[in-house]
Amino acid sequence: MDMPTPDPQIIARKAELVTRLQKVLPADALITDEHETRAYECDALTAYKCPPLLAVLPASTQEVSDVLRICHDMGVPVVPRGSGTSLAGGALPTADSVILGVARLNDVLETDYDNRFVRVQSGRTNLSVTGAVEEQGFFYAPDPSSQLACAIAGNIAMNSGGAHCLKYGVTTNNLMGVTMVLMDGTITQIGGAYLDAEGYDLLGLICGSEGQLGVVTEATLRILRKPEGARPVLIGFDDIVVAGACVADIIKAGVLPVAIEFMDRPCIRATEAFAGAGYPDCEALLIVEVEGSDAEIDEQLETIVTIARSHNPVELRESKSAEESAKIWLGRKSAFGAMGQINDYMCLDGTIPVSQLPYVLKRIGEMSQQYGLDVGNVFHAGDGNMHPLILFDANKPGDLELCEAFGADILRLCVEVGGCLTGEHGVGIEKRDLMNDQYDPGDLEIQMAVKDVFDPKWLLNPAKVFPLAASDTRRIAAE
Amino acid sequence: MKALIPETEAELATMIAQAEGPLRIQGGGTRPIGAPVDGQILSTTGLTGIELYEPGALTLVARAGTPLAEVEAALDAEGQRLAFEPMDHRPLLNTSGEPTIGGVVAANVSGPRRIQVGACRDHLLGVRFVDGQGQIIKNGGRVMKNVTGYDLVKLMAGSYGTLGVLSEVSLKVLPKTHMTGVLLFEGLSDTEAVKALSVALGSPFEVTGGAHLQKGMDGAPVTMIRLEGFENSVAYRAGELQKLLAGFGDFMLETDPDRTRAGWRYVRDVAPFQTRSGDVWRLSVKPSDAPGIVAALSGAEAIYDWGGGLIWLLVPEGSELTAATIRAAIGGTGGHATLIRGNPAEVFQPLSPAVAALQRGLRQKFDPRRILNPGLMGADT
Ligand SMILES: Cc1cc2nc3c(=O)[nH]c(=O)nc-3n(C[C@H](O)[C@H](O)[C@H](O)COP(=O)(O)OP(=O)(O)OC[C@H]3O[C@@H](n4cnc5c(N)ncnc54)[C@H](O)[C@@H]3O)c2cc1C
Repeated sequence: MDMPTPDPQIIARKAELVTRLQKVLPADALITDEHETRAYECDALTAYKCPPLLAVLPASTQEVSDVLRICHDMGVPVVPRGSGTSLAGGALPTADSVILGVARLNDVLETDYDNRFVRVQSGRTNLSVTGAVEEQGFFYAPDPSSQLACAIAGNIAMNSGGAHCLKYGVTTNNLMGVTMVLMDGTITQIGGAYLDAEGYDLLGLICGSEGQLGVVTEATLRILRKPEGARPVLIGFDDIVVAGACVADIIKAGVLPVAIEFMDRPCIRATEAFAGAGYPDCEALLIVEVEGSDAEIDEQLETIVTIARSHNPVELRESKSAEESAKIWLGRKSAFGAMGQINDYMCLDGTIPVSQLPYVLKRIGEMSQQYGLDVGNVFHAGDGNMHPLILFDANKPGDLELCEAFGADILRLCVEVGGCLTGEHGVGIEKRDLMNDQYDPGDLEIQMAVKDVFDPKWLLNPAKVFPLAASDTRRIAAE
Repeated sequence: MKALIPETEAELATMIAQAEGPLRIQGGGTRPIGAPVDGQILSTTGLTGIELYEPGALTLVARAGTPLAEVEAALDAEGQRLAFEPMDHRPLLNTSGEPTIGGVVAANVSGPRRIQVGACRDHLLGVRFVDGQGQIIKNGGRVMKNVTGYDLVKLMAGSYGTLGVLSEVSLKVLPKTHMTGVLLFEGLSDTEAVKALSVALGSPFEVTGGAHLQKGMDGAPVTMIRLEGFENSVAYRAGELQKLLAGFGDFMLETDPDRTRAGWRYVRDVAPFQTRSGDVWRLSVKPSDAPGIVAALSGAEAIYDWGGGLIWLLVPEGSELTAATIRAAIGGTGGHATLIRGNPAEVFQPLSPAVAALQRGLRQKFDPRRILNPGLMGADT
C-alpha cells in the first residue's frame, strides 16, 4: 500500500507550527516528542505504520477550530483520530501530518429520556454512551464489536455497524445531529434533537466520510429503551445452500430477528478448539436472536424453529435461559480471537446480496486452494455483510502480500455479484485502490468534488478513500 | 414548450446535457413542494419498471418513474411493504396523477412509522442519477450495508431534483406485520398527549406510531398509539402500555383492520386539513417542545405525529402568522419548518451561513449551470 511522499517543506516548518499551536493549546495537549508520537503511528491495521509530525489532543470545539485554522493557514495535512481501532487504516498518519485526537472530548452534554436522545462529545467511547443512559433502561443501538474502545467520532466517520443492526440500523440511522469543524476552522451545527435535519441531507453525507469533510466534535444520538429480553437459537446445517435458504425464509416470514449470524466449517472448528462452546461440526451454523418478553420470544423462536425444521438441520438448540444464550454466543464472540490463535489473520468486510451466499462461499473456497491460504467465514447473514478471515504468517516473507491479493480478489468477487467492497469498516487505505472496481471514474469524480466543497485545499485525511492516482491532481494542487 | 420525456437513462443524460435553459423536474407531479420553477418540464414518467425484486433479500430496484402503486402492488403480493409509509400528498395539495417512486425519494417522503423504522432515506440503498452536466452517476448499491465511498444516496434523498435527476432507486423493503392494534384515548390536552406519547415511545413495547389530533374524526381530541406484530405480542404490549398510561386515562384497544388502517391513513395524509383552506406547514421539532410551539402560534391548528416531533400546522386564511413568526417560535429550541401548501415565499427553513455555503457549494458541483429546478429549495440552490 503506497502513501504519498511527505512534503519536506512542511516537515521543515515543524518548529513554527509548534510555536503557533502552543498559543492555542495547553502544553499537555501538544505531543511533539518523536517517542511519544509513536503512539499514533497506526490504527488497528497494524501492517502499516508511520509516526505523524506531531499530535494534538484538544479538549473543546474551540480548540479544534483553532488547531485547524492554523494547519489550514500553513497547509499542513490533518488526520482526525478517535480511538484508533479502524481496520482500514483510516487513522494512519503521514510523516508530514498532524494527528488530531478527540480522546479528551469525552463528556456527556445532555441526556433526555422524554425525547430519547443523548448529546455527547465525539471522543466518548461507544459503550460508554450506553453506559451513560442504561441506568434508566436505555441504550445506544449501534454496537460494533470494538465498542469498548472505539469512539463515536470514529463510528460516525466510518458509519459503523454492529451485530444488532439488522433491526436497529447502523450509525447513520441513529445519528440526529453533529457539531463539526471545517478545515478552515469554521464551526458548523447540523441537525439536532429533532428528526431529518433541514436542507440537503448533510448529516447523511458526513456519516461515513472517513474524516475527510470535517472534524466532528459533538453528536446528538438517538437512544432506545432496552427490550425486555433476548434469546437466540442455534441451527446447524450440512449444506451451505440450505442454510442460505433458511435465512431467506426466516426473513420472508415476517419475524425480524435482531441478529442472524453465520459461521462456516473452518470457523466453527477453530472456535470449537478455542472456546469449546459445544458447536456441532457441520458445514454452516446460524445463530438467530429475537427480542421481547419471554412469551414473545417463545412465539418468535417457535416460528423460526418450524422454518428451520423444514430444512432438515443437523442441530437445533433453542436457548431457554441466560446461560444457554451465553453459551450459544460464546463461540461467535470468540471467533476472531480463535482465528488469531491459529495464525495472523486479515479480516475482510465485503457485502453481497444474500442470495449470492452459496456461490460466493464456493468461490472463496476455490480461491483459498489457489492461494494456499486458509480462510474462515463469519457473516452477518441477515444483511449480507461478510467477514472472511484469511490466515497468513506475518513472519513469512511474501505471505502478507499474498494474503492482500487474495483479499482483493474476494472483494472484487463481492462487487461482481452485485455487492460492495466494504459494509462497515470503511475504505481507508486498505480498499482505496479497489474503488475503481466498484465505481467508474465519473462516480469517483463527483465524490471528490464533494470533498472540494468541504475542504478545498485537500488537507483533511487526504490520502484515503480515493485511489491515489485519482486524487493526485487535487492533492498536488493543494500543496 | 413540449415536455421532455426520456425513455432511457442514456436519453435522459443527453437531454440534460443538451438543455439550454432551466428544467422543471417532474415525477407524477403530485407533490409540488418548493418555490415554483419556471422551465421546460422534464418528466421521469418514461423511465418505468421494477428491475429487480428479491423478497428473501428484502430489496427492490426500480426505475425512478415507476408508479408508486406498481411498487406497492408488487410488494403486497409477497407480503412486504415500504416500511417508511410514504404519504399521499394528492388530497392535501389537490393534485392528481400517479406518484412515482423517484418522487418519493426526491422529497424523502416518510410517514408515521418514521419514528420507529426511519425515513425514506434510511431505506434507500442505492441511486443512479444524471447530474446537471448530463453525466450518469451511481452511488450505493443494492445491499443493506455499504460504506464504500461517500454516501451520496442520502444526499440525493430530499434534494428535490436540485442535484440530479434520479433514474433508478434501490430500496430496502420489509415484511408486513400480521396485525395492528391502536390504543386510543380522547380528551387529552396537547401537553398531556405528548407526555403520554413519550411514555409509550420510551417503553420497550415497540410503538410504530404515536399521534395526537386536536380534532379527531368525531371532533374530540384523540391520542393514538400504534402497535404491530403477531397477535399475542400486540395484545401483550397493549396491556402493558395500558398499565403504563393509566395515569393519563383508560386507553382503549382498537384492532379492527379496516379501522386501524383508516386511522393511520388519516394521520399520514393529514386528512383533517385536506378540506380546509389556509396554509399547511410541516414542522420537525423536539417532541416535548411541540405543544409550547403550537400554543405560541395562536389561531393555528395542529396535528402531532412522531410522538410530537412532527407538527402539521394549519394557518387559516387571514391569520397574522407569517413564516417568520412560525420559525421564530421554533427558533430557540431547534428544528425547522417547511411550507407544504400555500403562498410559496420561503418554503424551506433558512440555513445558517456556514451550512448555506456548503449547500451552495454542492449545488455548484452537481449542477454548475443551475438548470435543475433552480430556486426550488431557496436562493442557495
Ligand atoms: C477487534 C475489532 C472489532 C471491530 N468490530 C467492528 C464492528 O463490529 N463493526 C464495525 O463497523 N467496525 C468494527 N471495527 C472497526 C472500528 O472499530 C470502527 O471503524 C470504529 O468506528 C473506529 O472508531 P475509532 O474511534 O477507533 O476511529 P479511528 O480508528 O481513530 O478513526 C477511524 C476514522 O475516523 C476518522 N475520525 C476519527 N475521529 C474523527 C473526528 N472527530 N471527526 C472526523 N473524522 C474522524 C479517522 O480519520 C479515520 O478515518 C472493529 C475493529 C476492531 C479492532
